[in-house]
Formats: sequence, structure tokens, C-alpha cells
Amino acid sequence: MSTGHVLLGLLSRGPQHGYDLKRAHDSRLPAGKPLAFGQVYATLGRLQRDGLVTETGAGKAGGPERTFYDLTDAGRAALAEWLHTPEPPAPHLGGTMFVKVVVALLAADRQTAVDYLARQREAHMARMRELTRDKESAASLGEVAAADYTIAHLDADLRWMQQTVARVDALAGEIAEDATAADEAGGDETGGDETGEDEIAEDQTTHGEITR
Amino acid sequence: MNGMSLLEARRVTKAYGRTTALDAVDLRLGAGEVVAITGASGCGKSTLLMCLSGIGVPDSGEVWFAGARLDDRPESVRARLRRTEIGVLLQHGQLVPELPAAENVALPLLLGGARRAGALRAAGEWLDRFGVGEVAALRPGELSGGQQQRVALARALITSPRLLFADEPTGSLDSVAGEAVLRAMMTAARDLSTAVVLVTHDATVAAYADRELHMRDGAFPGQVVPA
Repeated sequence: MSTGHVLLGLLSRGPQHGYDLKRAHDSRLPAGKPLAFGQVYATLGRLQRDGLVTETGAGKAGGPERTFYDLTDAGRAALAEWLHTPEPPAPHLGGTMFVKVVVALLAADRQTAVDYLARQREAHMARMRELTRDKESAASLGEVAAADYTIAHLDADLRWMQQTVARVDALAGEIAEDATAADEAGGDETGGDETGEDEIAEDQTTHGEITR
Repeated sequence: MNGMSLLEARRVTKAYGRTTALDAVDLRLGAGEVVAITGASGCGKSTLLMCLSGIGVPDSGEVWFAGARLDDRPESVRARLRRTEIGVLLQHGQLVPELPAAENVALPLLLGGARRAGALRAAGEWLDRFGVGEVAALRPGELSGGQQQRVALARALITSPRLLFADEPTGSLDSVAGEAVLRAMMTAARDLSTAVVLVTHDATVAAYADRELHMRDGAFPGQVVPA
């Protein structure tokens, strides 16, 4: 999973500063690990170096001055490509697929999420066909058992995809609600925040406050 | 009509009351090809199988088999095709409970007017082929689920059909018994060059096919019908 792509997805809703991004990440992807500030700024630095985001100047929203970031055209293209591309089928992909669906619903629309899931299904099925053929020509029961292990995990992914496709409208609605609620809460929280210029240094303490 | 395709559905539509089970489905299957039709329960895949195999008929659209229209033929003609050129394997085998396994297998030949001794000899050979030769004299109630499905498979293939429909063929079996039935089915289909339409909700079963058609809400969304 790529934190960079998730930040691109969050920025697709408009310019934001690092603190906003961290907060949005943690509230909308509750299954993932909370993002450390150091990681947010390191990732933004890398995205900026690669021309995917750009600084749009500093601003104050009743609090300390912060640098705002925005997507570039290249960033938008990189995000669209990531949302379009199925992950290589392998066991334990769950988190990445979930993140992609959520970012698709945040940054694009329902159809993008459904299309992604359809492509991911095709990729998974193609791999399952390969593994099933491998089993037929397997030289040992060990090879069969190894293939069965991967097949069982891909099958679990496929079940999850099918459930998620069936619930995509409800999920989209929930994410839209959360986004609205987060935007409304954003003004107060930013105003009350005492984090100074060097947010990376305050990473741990701030992090503790936010996750509570 | 493409001379290469064995089975073709053109805009096949079927509704039950106000519920659309099939929404203008297109499908094409080549000789000897194995395709899996997948999807959640209620997506329309069993209804599609009924229409494709001639057990049911669509409200509109056409089904073609081996270059001839199937859906507008009388039931007697469709039933004869299902005894000769089209095999059907269902989830629970649907064996005749009063008949021993060998007679169940011989049934399509006997109904087609074959001599009894020859039909039973052929049935025995098919049972041997699927590793259940020893149960020839037993009735279905005396067989395990896996044995019943092998007997049903032998019955479906005894006429060397050009096309086999399998509807959740391993749905009532555990995964090891199911895998054995699937492998037997795939090996036999390959040997006979029999095309297979494998209907299943189970991705691990669908993985035995050459390709997958994934149904949602009575259609194959975003699927390009291969030429």
C-alpha cells in the first residue's frame, strides 16, 4: 500500500496542509495505522520532488501559519492510474484493496470503485486459474498444499470484493457523511491546535491527542 | 451465426413477475471451451443455465446451439437434445432413487432406444472411469455424496455430448470430494472435446474454467463478448 497515493486521494478534494491530511487519513481509514506527522511530511516532500503535489503558499485559519499542498496534473494522473490498477494477487492484500476502494469513493466516484473491484476480481481469477493448473501438474502433495494455501486466501479476497460491490452505495454514502462531518469539525480543531512550525518534532505527542 | 461457436445467447431476457432475472444477456461459447458463469445467489446464473440448456425458454432473445435455433423448438426436440448432445449435471445429482447406479448412468442410452445389455456395459465403463465401478449395483441412497456426483457425471457424459452444463456440481460436497469430482469432469470433458458451462458461486470452482463470466443483476456488466 502506498501512503503517497492515499495522500494524493485526500488532496483531490482541494488544497490541504499536513495536519489536515493526517487527520483525514486517520478518520477515514480507521482500519489502518494512524499516520505519523513525520511520515506525512516525508511523503509530501517526496511527492513534491516527483512533481505530483505543489505548495500553494502558506495560510492561517485562526491558528499558526501552515503550508498548503495541492495536486498537480501529474498527481491527478498518478492517482487515476493507481485507482485503475489491480494489485498483484497475493495473500494478505486486504488492507490495500480496502484503502483503494475508500480512496476511489473519496477522490472519484462509485463507478471508479466498482470498476476497480471488477478489475481486481479479474486479476485474482486469472491467478487462481494459474494456481489450479499448477496443482494438476504438481509433482508433490507439498506443491498442491502450497497452491491451496494461496487459493484459499485469494478466495477470501474475492468474497470480500463481492460483498463490497454489493454494499458500495451504502459505503459511498457513509464516506460522504464522514467527510462532511470531518470538514465541519475541521475549523474548530485547527483553530485550537497549538502545534508550531516544526510539526515533525511534535509528532508523537500530537499523534497521541488525535487518536483519542 | 458464427460457424465456430457451439452455443450462443443473443439478448436473452427473462423476468419472473416484475423481477428481471436476465437482462439482454449475450454469450458465446466455442467447441470444447470451458466457461464459468459466476455471481452471487439471485444474480440470474441459474435462470441463464435453464435458458441455455433448453430446460426453460427466454421471454425474448435467442439461444442457438450448433448452428440451429434452440429456444423456439418444441420441448420434445429440446428434451431429445438433452439426452444426446447436451449433458446436464446438477448440484444434487438428481439420480433416480429406485434404480441402481449402472441403470441411472445407462438411462440416456435406454431412453434413446439403445439395447439394454450394450447400454449397461457402457455405463459400467463410465463408472470405472470415474473410480466408482464397485457401486454399479447400489442404489443412490447407499452412496456417499461424492459417489453420487460421479454417477451423475457418468450419466451426463455417457452420450459423449458436445456440451455439458454443470450447475454447482460440487455444491453439496466437501472441498476434497468436490475437487476430485471437478478433476474427473475436466479430464473427461477434455478427452471428449466437450464444451462445459460451469455455473458456480465458488471462485475456487470457477478457476477450473478457461474463462469466467461474472454476473450481476441479470447481466455481465462491462464484459466484452469474445469473438
